[in-house]
Amino acid sequence: MIQGISIYHFLIVSTLMFFIGIAGFIIRQNLITILLAVELILNSVAINFLVFNRYLYPDRLQGHFFSLFIVGVAAAEASVAIALIINIYRRIHNIEADNVNEMKY
Amino acid sequence: MDFRYIFLMRHELLLLVVALIILMVDLFTVGEKKTHLIKFSLILFTLGMLIGFIPVKPGVLFGGAFQGNALTDLFKDILNMAVLIVFLQSDGYLKKAENAGKVGEFFVLIILTLLGMDFMVSSGDFLTFFVGLETASIPVAGLVAYDRYKSRSAEAGVKLILLSAISSGVLLFGISLIYGATGSIYFSDIAKNVTASPLIILGFIFFISGMGFKISLVPFHLWTADVYEGAPINITAYLSVVSKGAAAFILTIILYKVFKNVTELWETAIYALAVLTMTVGNLFALRQDNIKRFLAFSSIAQAGFILVGIMGTGSLGMTSVVYFILIYVFTNLGAFGVAAAISNASGVETISGYNGLYLTNPRLSLIMMLSLFSLAGIPPIAGFFGKFFLFTSAGSHGYFILILIAVLNATVSLYYYLGVVKAMFINKNDTPIPYFRSSHFMRLSLLLCVAGLVFIGFAGGIFEYIMTASHLFF
Repeated sequence: MIQGISIYHFLIVSTLMFFIGIAGFIIRQNLITILLAVELILNSVAINFLVFNRYLYPDRLQGHFFSLFIVGVAAAEASVAIALIINIYRRIHNIEADNVNEMKY
Repeated sequence: MDFRYIFLMRHELLLLVVALIILMVDLFTVGEKKTHLIKFSLILFTLGMLIGFIPVKPGVLFGGAFQGNALTDLFKDILNMAVLIVFLQSDGYLKKAENAGKVGEFFVLIILTLLGMDFMVSSGDFLTFFVGLETASIPVAGLVAYDRYKSRSAEAGVKLILLSAISSGVLLFGISLIYGATGSIYFSDIAKNVTASPLIILGFIFFISGMGFKISLVPFHLWTADVYEGAPINITAYLSVVSKGAAAFILTIILYKVFKNVTELWETAIYALAVLTMTVGNLFALRQDNIKRFLAFSSIAQAGFILVGIMGTGSLGMTSVVYFILIYVFTNLGAFGVAAAISNASGVETISGYNGLYLTNPRLSLIMMLSLFSLAGIPPIAGFFGKFFLFTSAGSHGYFILILIAVLNATVSLYYYLGVVKAMFINKNDTPIPYFRSSHFMRLSLLLCVAGLVFIGFAGGIFEYIMTASHLFF
């Protein structure tokens, strides 16, 4: 618990981060920036877990452990995604999402 | 701790051992010897699968985070069999010259994703579920981009990893809200505290959106066709059968166990998703010519039918879903196996390219016809029984309008399945695909699929066995 900061402040921050991430995922063109938007979403979830744990259920540590695992999984995801983006870069020499459009309806 | 309990995890441990041995052997084989790795991996995996059949008493591990019982064991065996068939079918593809250096990765990555799915199937809390889900979905992106010098494959890989990452994010956001509302990540504890409060409803919406992506339900299905088309055809088969089956199974368990006190909350959502998924999947399948895109949309429609079965809560719903997935494994792998054999021999992947196939390759055409009839649900073949029990399950709770929509959709689906059969048997073609013989492994896999298609429907004991297993589960 931090004096003067209630759970609402944290939840507003994490919800904002989540929706900024969603918006960035949709709006951005660069594949790396899209990946950054996804990381933003995962980090907002980690904040959520930590805050719920700390403020509402301080006697158990489930939220803390969950957020640790989220950090690990996010790293694994980022590494595979960057490898695949490098592979795309070798094919078309840029990483704009608009140019990755060979398959469509 | 009593070490007997560790045998509850025998499937996972065996898969891990098999994957590590293949990885090590792959490191120390060079050049020409790599083709022997296919046979070696197949034998090793089959051994692991056979050991997995040994029954073990049900129980829980790690304070409830891992559950083993007859139903999860059965489902893991089904997944193992499906992966064995996929391995048998990919023999021809892996022997191509361009894949000579990366045979080991193919087996290791598939076995590791299967490991993730096994953990997901057995999970007793959201942490195990989430880690299993990610283990099952991250390496798949690497597999989809396996043909990394083909731009379609690379494109499909990027699309899959980014969309799967954001769907995991949405899913996790839902789980975090549910955790905030109930104070636990264990399924059994959440089930006690869950009420239809606004926070739970919001969390559930995020959760079902994330899961909908993994099973490719309709508002979240847009990745499916692109990824299925870009991936190598054996990986497409793996994605459409094993990944989807495992995700549908765990969704059923979570809906039935975690949200069992708020049934009215999820029934509306599943109802709407089922109708949308069946209808849109069918309508898009009508206009496809690429066989992989066609099977992708057909598998979306089949996911809709699974949701119809989920509507009938209780052990009948559970049984019908598991039984349908068991049949779906043989059905879809039969269709994909024929498509893979043709693609390996001639490179043809379009339905119009199949014109006149019956004249040159009658046996392949017959297997394809059986599989497609089973997908459409024509009576004597297993697929009919799978659909029949799904509809029975929904009917036992009085969802007759939903069943009507499902039956209408099954009729529409008959049109495009028969379109492929017509192309193979009736359409004339001056230059049909020439006669070819596929490898022994491919023929063995197709034989297994046909045996499954013909016999599972009539072997009533299988349904009874799943029924008793599901009863114990509840």
